[in-house]
Amino acid sequence: MPAEPVVRIQAEDFDLAEEVAKLTAGRGDVGAVVTFSGLCRDEAGTLAALELEHYPGMAEAEILRIARQAAERWPLTGLVAIHRHGKIEPGGNIVLVVAASAHRQAAFEGASFLMDFLKTRAPFWKKEHRTDGTAGGWVDAKDADDRAAGRW
Amino acid sequence: MTEAAVKLVYFAWVRERIGLSEEEIALPPEVATVRDLLAWLPGRGDGYAAALRHPDVIRVAIDREHVDHGQRLAGASEVALFPPMTGG
Repeated sequence: MPAEPVVRIQAEDFDLAEEVAKLTAGRGDVGAVVTFSGLCRDEAGTLAALELEHYPGMAEAEILRIARQAAERWPLTGLVAIHRHGKIEPGGNIVLVVAASAHRQAAFEGASFLMDFLKTRAPFWKKEHRTDGTAGGWVDAKDADDRAAGRW
Repeated sequence: MTEAAVKLVYFAWVRERIGLSEEEIALPPEVATVRDLLAWLPGRGDGYAAALRHPDVIRVAIDREHVDHGQRLAGASEVALFPPMTGG
């Protein structure tokens, strides 16, 4: 039976090591853990913060749907996805994916698949706040993200 | 004919341009699909017209599931309009 993914949408920060520990504690069948963290960049010093807006209810449901697809497609022993909302300053965490499996390929691919679809399907939007005080715009979606999701 | 009331919710720049995060609207019977809705809403005011100037880029979810513009609205209780997602 596929592992049931854990999905959390939260304003609070998360701890990567703690999430990894929860997937591996007390088990001997995990041979690989892949983690991906997405952080807020400062865009060469021009960005003061990103404001992450989401669609409450749908955001969690959509990531869970994607995560369940990953858990069905690869033999994962555990899968965690955490996405933050609200104002996040450069250096701060935005998103975390942890995929655990007996072997590395499944963990790499499961994590990568989840991120590619999260970026194109999960209802989140980023607004920029600039250091010079001017109004930043909404971040544009990238065609490259759609192409990345299309390769699966 | 009775008009169906539906909750519309807006996000990101769609929300900012319309100036509302959500509203209840009684849709006229000729608004049957998502495409009809995107064509009809701009008649409600300048903010709607600005938000929906390029309807092809607008993404839509009905009851929190992605749908395409050909989807029928019958039975929908919550219709969300938003720009392409930029999370992650």
